[in-house]
Amino acid sequence: MNGRAIFLLASLGMVLGMLPFVANDYVLSVATLFLFFAYAGQAWNILMGFAGQLSLGHSVYLGLGAYAAAALHYHFGIGPWAGLWLSMTLCAALGAIIGALAFRYSVSGVHFTLLTIAVAEFMRIGFDHFTWIGGSAGLFLKVSQRNQIDLLNLRGTPAMFYYVILALAAAAFALSTWLLLRRPGYYWQAIRENEDAAQALGINIFRWKMLAIIISASMTSLGGVFLAFYYNNLFPEQVFHISRSIEIILGPIIGGMGTLFGPVLGAALLALLADGATEVLAATGWEIPGLKQLIYGIALFVVMTLLPHGVWPELARKLKVSK
Amino acid sequence: MPLDLINLANVVISGVLTGLVYGLMALGLSVIFGVARIVNFAHGEIMTMAMYVAVFAFAFFDLNPFIALIPIAAVFFVFGYFLQAAVINRFITRPEQSQFMLLLALAVIIMNALLILFGPDSRNAQLDYLLESIELGPLLVDRGKFYAALVACGASAALFAFFRCSRTGTAIRACADNWLGAKVVGLDVKRLYAISFGLGSSSVAIAGCMMILLFDLTPGAGPAYTLLAFVIVIVGGLGSMSGALAGGVLIGVSEAMAGLFIAPSAKGMFSFALLILVLLFRPRGLLGGRS
Repeated sequence: MNGRAIFLLASLGMVLGMLPFVANDYVLSVATLFLFFAYAGQAWNILMGFAGQLSLGHSVYLGLGAYAAAALHYHFGIGPWAGLWLSMTLCAALGAIIGALAFRYSVSGVHFTLLTIAVAEFMRIGFDHFTWIGGSAGLFLKVSQRNQIDLLNLRGTPAMFYYVILALAAAAFALSTWLLLRRPGYYWQAIRENEDAAQALGINIFRWKMLAIIISASMTSLGGVFLAFYYNNLFPEQVFHISRSIEIILGPIIGGMGTLFGPVLGAALLALLADGATEVLAATGWEIPGLKQLIYGIALFVVMTLLPHGVWPELARKLKVSK
Repeated sequence: MPLDLINLANVVISGVLTGLVYGLMALGLSVIFGVARIVNFAHGEIMTMAMYVAVFAFAFFDLNPFIALIPIAAVFFVFGYFLQAAVINRFITRPEQSQFMLLLALAVIIMNALLILFGPDSRNAQLDYLLESIELGPLLVDRGKFYAALVACGASAALFAFFRCSRTGTAIRACADNWLGAKVVGLDVKRLYAISFGLGSSSVAIAGCMMILLFDLTPGAGPAYTLLAFVIVIVGGLGSMSGALAGGVLIGVSEAMAGLFIAPSAKGMFSFALLILVLLFRPRGLLGGRS
C-alpha cells in the first residue's frame, strides 16, 4: 500500500466515522447494511477471492451464527459477547467439516459449489423443523427501548449498531490485509492460480484451504450474530436462503474478487445503486418489490461481461493506488 | 392386495410420473453441461419463465399446455440459442467460476423480472380433467400426471434420437467428446454450443409446460427448481443424458415416498442429504455415468 492509498483509506474512515452525526436514521440504516455486506463480502472473499474456492452457501454460517447467539440469549439470557464464541466455534467446526470432506475427497469446481449450496439448503430445511428455536415461525428477541445504549447486551440505538458493524468491517479489512500480504495470502493465491503447481512447490494445499474456509466461516458467523441482534428476528427461510448467499457474494464480485478494497467498493456501489433507485421510485409513488434484486442482477451481469475483474482494479489504476 | 400396499403402489406410480417430468427438466441441464461445459445456474428460472408463458397462454387464449408446448419449445430454443451465441460463448475460455456467476446473474434477473411483471401471487392451469384418475384394477393413476409423463418421455426420446441419428446431433456429440478435435475437422463449435443450449432450454421449457399441471407456480420458484435439477443430474451423473432421466425418476419416487413417512415440508432435506453424500463419495453419479 502506498501513501495515496493510506490517505484515501483514512479519509474514508473519517467520513464513515462522522456519518452518524450528520445522517438521519434512514441513511444510517442503509449505511449499516452497506457495512454489513462489506464485512460479509470480505469474509467470503478470503475463501473465494484469495483461495479460489467458490462457496455459494455462505448463508449457512450467517444463519448458524445468528441462531446460536440468538438462542443462547433467548433461552438462557446469555449476552451476545459470550454467545459469539459459540457461534464462531460452531461455524468454524462446520466449515472445517465441509472443508475436510470436500478437500480430502477432492471435490472441486462446480461440485464444491454445489456441496456448499446443498449444506445450506439442508440446514435451512432442518432449522425450519427445529422447534426449540422457533422453527419456520421464527425466533424473536425482545426489543428493549431503542434510545438506551446497552453495549453489553447489544441493545441500543441505530448509531450504536452502526459503530459496531463499522468496527467489524474495519477489523475484517485489517485482517484481510494482514493475511493477504503475508504467507497465507501468497500460498492461497498460488493455490487459486494453479493448484497442481502449488502442490508441486511443496505447499500443503489441504491445510491452507482448510485455514481459508475456517477463517471465512467464523468471520461470517460474527456477521450473523450482528444480524440477529440488529433485526431481533430470525427466520430460517430468510437467513439460510440461497438469495442471502448471493447477496453476500455480489459486493466482492462487483468490486473485484481477491482485492482488499473490492468487497467494500462493491457493497457501496450496490447500496447506492439499489437503494438510490428504490428511493427515487418510492418518492414518485412507485413501490416495486423485486426491483432492488433486479438491479443487483443487472449490475452483476454487466460487471461479469464488461469488467470481469471487477470495478476496483480499474478504479485503482485511475486513482494510481495499488490494488 | 392389502390396502397399505395399494397406497404404496399409488405413491410410487405418482412418483415415477412426476419423476419423468423432473427427468426431462434435468435432461436440459445435462445436455447444456455435457456439450458446452456450461453449468446453467439459471435453469430453474428459465423453466419458470416457460411456466408463466404456458399459464398465460392457457388463461388468455385457452391454449391447452399440451398444444402450447410446441410453440413454447420453439421460442425457448431461439432464446437459448441466442443467449449462448451472444453472451455465454464469450465466456467459454474464462475460468468456470465466471460462468457460474454470469448465469447466476441471469437467474437473479429472470426471477425478479417475473416478480415485477406478474406479482407474487401463485398461479396454475385448471384443466378440467386434471382431477380425474385412470383406474387400473385397484390402482389409481392421475390423468394429468400420466399425460405429462407421456410428453416427457416423448420429448426425451426425440432428443435421444436427435443426438443418435441426425448429422448435427453427431457433430454435437463429437464436440462434447473433444472440442479441439471437432474444431480441427472443421465443425463450427460455437454454433453447435448454441444449438445445445437451445435444445437444453427447449427441453426445460417443455418440462415447464408439464410442470404447471403438477404444481402451482410462483415467481420465486426458480432457485428450488434449479437446485432440484442439480440434485438429479449429480445423482444421475453430471453430463450423462440417460443418467438425468433415471435420476429424475429416482428423486421423484424418493420425494413421494419421503412424503409418506416424514413431514412433506422436510422431504427436501432427504434430497439434499443424498446430494451431499453423492458429491462426496460418488461424484460421477450413483448411476455410474461415464467420465
